[in-house]
Amino acid sequence: MTQDTWNFIFIGLSFALYIGIAIRQRAGSTKEYYTAGGGVSPFANGMATAADWMSAATFISMAGLLATSGYDGSRLLMGWTGGFVLLTVLMVPFLRKFGKATVPDFIGDRYYSKTARLVAVVCAIFICLTYIMGQMRGVGVVFSTLFEIEISTGVWVGGAIVFFYAGLGGMKGITYTQVAQYCVMAFAYTIPAIFIAMTLTGNVIPQFGFIGEYSANGESLPFLDKLDNINTELGFAKYTSGSLPRIDMFCITAALMCGTAGLPHVIVRFFTVKNVKAVRTSACWTLAFIAVIYLTAPTIGGFSRVNLIEKLQDTPREEAPEWFGHFEKTGYMSWEDKNGDGKIQHFGPKRQEVGDLNELTFKPDIMVMANPYMGGLPKWVIALLMAGCIAAALSTAAGLLLVLSTAISHDLMKKVVKPELSDKEEIRYARLASLGALLVAIYFGINPPATFIAKTVAFAFGLAASSFFPTLLMGIFSRRMNKEGAIAGMVAGIGFTLAYIIYFQFMGGTKDQYLFQISPEGIGFLGMLINFAVAFTVARFTPAPPQEVTELVDNVRFPGGKETAAQDH
Amino acid sequence: MEKTKTAKGRYWRAHLRCVGTLLLIWFLTSFGCGILLRDWLDGNFPSVGSAPFGFWMAQQGSIISFVLILLGYKFWMEQIESKLEQDKEETK
Repeated sequence: MTQDTWNFIFIGLSFALYIGIAIRQRAGSTKEYYTAGGGVSPFANGMATAADWMSAATFISMAGLLATSGYDGSRLLMGWTGGFVLLTVLMVPFLRKFGKATVPDFIGDRYYSKTARLVAVVCAIFICLTYIMGQMRGVGVVFSTLFEIEISTGVWVGGAIVFFYAGLGGMKGITYTQVAQYCVMAFAYTIPAIFIAMTLTGNVIPQFGFIGEYSANGESLPFLDKLDNINTELGFAKYTSGSLPRIDMFCITAALMCGTAGLPHVIVRFFTVKNVKAVRTSACWTLAFIAVIYLTAPTIGGFSRVNLIEKLQDTPREEAPEWFGHFEKTGYMSWEDKNGDGKIQHFGPKRQEVGDLNELTFKPDIMVMANPYMGGLPKWVIALLMAGCIAAALSTAAGLLLVLSTAISHDLMKKVVKPELSDKEEIRYARLASLGALLVAIYFGINPPATFIAKTVAFAFGLAASSFFPTLLMGIFSRRMNKEGAIAGMVAGIGFTLAYIIYFQFMGGTKDQYLFQISPEGIGFLGMLINFAVAFTVARFTPAPPQEVTELVDNVRFPGGKETAAQDH
Repeated sequence: MEKTKTAKGRYWRAHLRCVGTLLLIWFLTSFGCGILLRDWLDGNFPSVGSAPFGFWMAQQGSIISFVLILLGYKFWMEQIESKLEQDKEETK
């Protein structure tokens, strides 16, 4: 069988599964649409959250980034998983106790103000749109490699599929499709890593191979030394040392962590379980499931780096493996014979300074998908990986789309514009809103604001870190915080972050203009500090919140009291 | 300041202590070992397999600690909550 046949079988089967589940679990009421009825088991919710969480950026882009930047890539590993810890201990139990379905709902009630709710809705829309762009791009990347079509066509196909089951199934449909998607992703990610670990290091477990011995081609030395040697020889920074300034590394990691903790689509996932106790159990499962993939990512990064260089460096073009031609055709790898010797050469900055020409360029996004080809793995493994990539992008896009549509239908239409909206009409608005949001996302998926997925997504986290995270945190842990403070803080935080990103991303700002050497990816951390500072200053000089609000804060802090099943609206 | 006289006040204090402790560990394992102290750890701590300690913490160790932190959080909070229940019974 050819590769294409295998791809069609695996992707076809997985799609049939998702759509089948979506139809069986179709949502009938707003309660099912927003929170799946509130009775999902912690274990299932853990898997679904893990799938929701691990986006195309994680699945497709992260290992590639690790491969090209070595230690610097750790910011993504620590940032995303560490943020989950913040989310679990600082946010979710309280918001779950509060019991309303959306994050702007909490902000609107806690800060007793329609303006606050509105600002929160706008922030939610901004964050989700930025994030979903990355996902649509990811879908496009996968489809275009698979079928050798244009990225834009790939984005359209993916968009249609997401709309079909997110719009239709609501939270209930999404929850169970995400469970299936997690399983596909976990196998798709770990199986290639195991195969390659066996060939490169003779170790079945990739994580042990990574810190073990490199044993292919009759060599024997620690695997990480092999990586360092490769990098120094080619003129890159050592794999294990990295090149980002420490302060930037710190800020990006912090922005990713706090951003993760402020991501509305992950927070709402925990509204689907029964009570606060189940939330904590579910969070443990989620992080354990996430860790399976995150612990494998650095190994895939390392292995693919070694494979890429070993297979291509100084190889005459005619003798280069078949997959190289495949990726050249889709534009992910390119080779230009600058010195005219007919061989492929890849050199980093240090070698280029002394006059060696770099002839090979490749986009980091392709590393995960190229990995099984480079390792010469069986065709079905490659097909499985493709199915996994698509699952990753679709599951996150669906979750985001849901938050976007509820933000518009519930928080904007029902709570602000048209309070007399009936249940049925609200769902109709939700579906309409998801269509609108998706079209915008498709547009930006085709014309992305940053060159690769992980970066686009990092901006979304910066925005969340500077707006939701501080506001929610103060809403729970400070009784004194009032609406004036919260609104001013949110506006200042997200405004500053957005302006900084736009200036450096679209208006041609240069590296030496960076504030304290912090790149746009890490600026969300500074935006967050600004949010806190502005909020506390403004709150000091404005009246304290009313009695009911202090009671509300006390109520979310303590377990028990009135039973808090996720409620209807 | 929180009142420690009531059962709820004691619960909230215990809860803050739990979260504070866990977040301290969280900070040390990620920002501490993985970023701020990594060079020193690479040089002065035993390697994990062939990986320098700081590098390993940044790429693997921190994630493993996060999972353990959440497990700790689950069991610690359950204990605090059952204490709150007892506390309420006694004050009734």
